[in-house]
Amino acid sequence: MKYIALIYSAPQSRPAPGSAAFEDQIARYREIAAAWQEAGVLLAGEALQPVETATSIRVRNGKVELTDGPFAETRETLGGFYLFECESLDEAIRHASMIPTAEHGTVELRPVLSFG
Amino acid sequence: MQSAPRAVEMAISHTLREDRGRILAALVAQFRDFELAEDCLQDAAEAALKAWPRAGVPASRRGWLLQVARRRAIDRLRRARIFAAKAGEIALLTGPGAEMAAGTGAEMAAWAGGGGPHEIPDHRLRLIFACCHPAIGRKSRIALTLRTLGGLSTEEVARAFLDKPATMAQRLSRARAKISKAGLGFAIPEGAELVARRDAVLKVIYLIYNEGHAQGGRDAQGGGSGPGPDLCREAIHLARLMHDLSPGEPEAAGLLALLLLTQARAPALYAGGRYVPLEEQDRGRWNGAMIREGLALIAAALGAGRAGPFQIEAAIAALHCEARTAAATDWPQIAALYRILEAMLPSATVRLNSAVALARTGGRRAREAALARIDALEGALAAYQPFHAARADLLRRLGRREEGRTAYARALALTRGEKERAFLRRRMDSL
Repeated sequence: MKYIALIYSAPQSRPAPGSAAFEDQIARYREIAAAWQEAGVLLAGEALQPVETATSIRVRNGKVELTDGPFAETRETLGGFYLFECESLDEAIRHASMIPTAEHGTVELRPVLSFG
Repeated sequence: MQSAPRAVEMAISHTLREDRGRILAALVAQFRDFELAEDCLQDAAEAALKAWPRAGVPASRRGWLLQVARRRAIDRLRRARIFAAKAGEIALLTGPGAEMAAGTGAEMAAWAGGGGPHEIPDHRLRLIFACCHPAIGRKSRIALTLRTLGGLSTEEVARAFLDKPATMAQRLSRARAKISKAGLGFAIPEGAELVARRDAVLKVIYLIYNEGHAQGGRDAQGGGSGPGPDLCREAIHLARLMHDLSPGEPEAAGLLALLLLTQARAPALYAGGRYVPLEEQDRGRWNGAMIREGLALIAAALGAGRAGPFQIEAAIAALHCEARTAAATDWPQIAALYRILEAMLPSATVRLNSAVALARTGGRRAREAALARIDALEGALAAYQPFHAARADLLRRLGRREEGRTAYARALALTRGEKERAFLRRRMDSL
């Protein structure tokens, strides 16, 4: 089964770029990604530009409406994702728990709907 | 071979009550789809209602229901046009006995003619692991376990939670959908994961018992059975199931022993419409058979040399059960066991019980030391009734009347059961 791990965290709880904690986190992300690639569970994964760069799109009555954001200062925002191929939810949970951001943010794990 | 409709209905509901978990588990193991299994068992029960009055009640009722449910499942899969895609998968999953999925008339006749008690492979352990998966919300875990393996109807589970049946049906169906669609799997976990997952199952059973105990205190004391299902009995049934299914696992034995040794004392909890504290209970009213079984279980479990929290709690309950009088209670041993439990499970409620046991081990100094330890827990337990009740009792024993009355008042404000309230009021007035 395919599972997507959506990585959320509050901007103020993320380690500041340049700090030792930040470097440590980057190194850990590299490590787990390499391990997953080796094991063949990683299908895709990307980190996203901060939420300030986001554009929300709604099409209403055939008209495209754009909004800047979403902004919500205190809420956790989406910062990246991984797409896994796993045998079971338990296996996916094992991998997702290794994501460093899970230690201060939230990783939402969702099975991918299959139309097979 | 005709059977009266009433007798047929009873035979069906009895079979579903006793064997629902086993039949569902076999279906889930084969089709890997909890919702499908549930729906097809329902179909099979309806089919039995039509067929059994004509053909007679089959010798192997659960075998019949399983067989019909299997055929319905295959029909449904076929109709959903995903059968071709899933067929290969199903064949792989079923392993030995897979040919049964094809269901011939001859097999139906064989089921009708009987078969040993072992005709259905027991997959209930897998099912209970799925129902108690930590990825399912706590309340849904409890509800689903009661519905699937405890033999309660949706209405009964709803009543246990004081929910509307429709709300509960929705909760159950959401949980089943998650198991089916999120790939929760029906494998028995291995290694360290097995230990964690088994503990999660045992915890769910323990919570079911506690809920039953609390409800007994609210509305069913004095011999009445109350309006809800007997959750204590269900919990013991489930603990027994886990114990049977996990041979050599001392924590499963420990939980069963703990529940038996607690339930054994329930008949003496209320007398003449009054709540009776442990030290004043008529020990002749305790259930001797349950105590004997519990004592044997815990002795054997501890012999495995892998003590866990449920075993320690059961050992504490065993010491209470073994004391012929309240005065003969081995408090130093109980206090020592609580110290071990505290090391394993350093929660505020365990520390509270530990301090209460310490208070009983000796004179004034022990009580004062215990009170200091209890007072230190105020931050964590300020809204917890037993905290105030224990503090009040200790202050009463220390002769600190004013503080005692205040503590009783706070305990009373948090007490739901009328008989416990009356008891606390009597104690408060005695100061």
